[in-house]
Amino acid sequence: MGYTLNFAAVWRSFDLLLGGLLLSLQLAAVALVIGAAIGLVLAFALVGGSAVLRRPAQLYVTVIRNLPILVLILFTYFALPQLGVRLDKIASFVLTLAVYSGAYLAEVFRAGLLSVPRGLKEAGLAIGLTPMQIRTSIVIPLMVRNVLPSLSSTLISLFKDTSLAAAIAVPELTFEARKINVETFRVIEVWMVTSALYVATCAVLAALMRAVERRLALPK
Amino acid sequence: MTKPLLEIQGLRKQYGAVEVLKGVDCTMRQGEVIAIIGSSGSGKTTMLRCINMLEEFQGGRILIDGDAIGYDEIAGARRRKGEKEIARQRALTGMAFQQFNLFPHMSAAQNVMLGLVKVKKMGRDEARALAEGWLDRVGLAARADHYPGQLSGGQQQRVAIARAIAMNPRLMLFDEVTSALDPELVGEVLQVIKALAAEGMSMLLVTHEMRFAYEVASRVIFMNKGVIGEEGDPKEMFVRPQTERLVEFLKSSSFQ
Amino acid sequence: MHDLLTNDLLMFANELWIARLALLKGLGVTVSISLLSILAGSVAGVGLGLGLVYGNRLLRLLLRGYTDIVRGTPVLVLVLASYYIFSTVGLDLGPFQAGVLALAVFCSSHVGEILRGALQALPAGQTEAAKAIGLTFGQTFASVLWPQALRQILPTWVNTAAEMVKASTLLSVIGVAELLLRTQEIISRNFMSLEFYFFAGFLYFLINFGIERLGKFVERKTAVPS
Repeated sequence: MGYTLNFAAVWRSFDLLLGGLLLSLQLAAVALVIGAAIGLVLAFALVGGSAVLRRPAQLYVTVIRNLPILVLILFTYFALPQLGVRLDKIASFVLTLAVYSGAYLAEVFRAGLLSVPRGLKEAGLAIGLTPMQIRTSIVIPLMVRNVLPSLSSTLISLFKDTSLAAAIAVPELTFEARKINVETFRVIEVWMVTSALYVATCAVLAALMRAVERRLALPK
Repeated sequence: MTKPLLEIQGLRKQYGAVEVLKGVDCTMRQGEVIAIIGSSGSGKTTMLRCINMLEEFQGGRILIDGDAIGYDEIAGARRRKGEKEIARQRALTGMAFQQFNLFPHMSAAQNVMLGLVKVKKMGRDEARALAEGWLDRVGLAARADHYPGQLSGGQQQRVAIARAIAMNPRLMLFDEVTSALDPELVGEVLQVIKALAAEGMSMLLVTHEMRFAYEVASRVIFMNKGVIGEEGDPKEMFVRPQTERLVEFLKSSSFQ
Repeated sequence: MHDLLTNDLLMFANELWIARLALLKGLGVTVSISLLSILAGSVAGVGLGLGLVYGNRLLRLLLRGYTDIVRGTPVLVLVLASYYIFSTVGLDLGPFQAGVLALAVFCSSHVGEILRGALQALPAGQTEAAKAIGLTFGQTFASVLWPQALRQILPTWVNTAAEMVKASTLLSVIGVAELLLRTQEIISRNFMSLEFYFFAGFLYFLINFGIERLGKFVERKTAVPS
């Protein structure tokens, strides 16, 4: 095959990769915050009694979950301007990822909401709390604890999905890797290092989530 | 004769086509301790839950201090009150549940404080002091910072009672509070309720503990198939039941 | 306003007619990518799952490493790496083959994990009971363990198929003329990005929604009576 590994060129560009990774993490963080807000609203609509809210929420989740995220990314960035909605690359991508992950987080939160015993809500009502106070003081804190394990894998998927920003030339990790690949031809080294960075970051995220889980575990 | 604390007039409740309360009338004075007994499905728990609007009801009225609970009647039309107003009315009554329903992510003290801070808008320090006071009263001063998962069933139920009483309700509702407890833990909870009764707290208790009803209640209501089957002084009723139904019920229950 | 909308729709219908063959070809490629990658990925995934459960220490360690690396790497990175690396080392795979290989690798890690989970969830008592009546391990596996695991993983496996259809769009990035790339080409000609991205999205939705329904159906069919 005649290919010998030589990481020197990749190490010279390592700063670029790290910068890309940092941007990937930032994209994921902002998308997570917006996506969690979307997911929470959807989840309450999904478990609520009113069909007026439930139907549109179900439609949102079904449509988004059955679309490839790349189509959504390209649609937001290239087609929405035709309707007068013009966003820069990063805003466009973050918004798409938030809308996309919102559908998945809605399912995660929905399961979490269903696992909060009804009696606890009644106990809240009985001491005179309003439904909104019950949501913020009782239901959401317990729901979050219940969903932490599945939230962890959704978070990791969301982080990996930031790689798709490369398709609209957002300079995150995958985009930088491809650039270095084309410039240096140290093909195997670049992708090995890039993959290692992703794998390591996923492992760190998973460990962080486990730490949060332990921290929030109810005393027994 | 003073104004009654609680008035229930023609209370009707149905789940779909099934009518569980078929017109219940009942009046309760300040300081009374009323035990509600009856077989399962007789509507006793449902009636209790209607009083603080944990159940919607379709007919009749419930008044606390003359104040209509849950619904407004304007020109003959019945309309559910707003959530804020219903929340305010729920705070007039305290409730303890069969399954305790303590908030598992809060310590005993935090459970008691939640309503004081969020509903009564009390400062945290004041609420904490009050919570500790009530936990002391139910014998759990040393457990204030324990979480529900670290407490026995009996201790959890006592915290739940402290949580309800701390809100200074006009009326306490107890819904089979000892049914989920191991037999050896029942006594400590009944002791707490007895002490409250002795202090003049107005209470409605749905219970299976006939001996307790006999000892503590000033009046007993026997619910049967969605209506009040019989009511009166327990010393009288348990000894000389007037209806066939009550005779059967007492025979099948633990009271001898 | 009304006339304008009608006019737009007519124009879109016209463009759609012109583009019909390109779109159809793209759809065909999308389906081929998805089918090939899920077939290859499932075969490899079953091997992977078996190795993860029944392999010796060394094999398990190697396969665990493979699975964790693949699952920790974005699919797009797998696709790009496969595309660039094979051409560099002189293995002349075209973008289609390189892309399908990457998706198959991705699919195998999924299937492997699902199968491992299903096999490990089976009570150990069953293997012992089978051993007690004199079955060899091969017989036990074929007649006791595998049928139960299969029942367990089938609904999830069907959903993996939907994942592969979605992931097939990533091959557009390395120039495979599947549905999404065809759509982009058409848009670069007629500038009707809104209409054609929407149309592509609609097609993907139909395929995946169909697969999702199938998954629910399979789930009902495979449910163990209880």
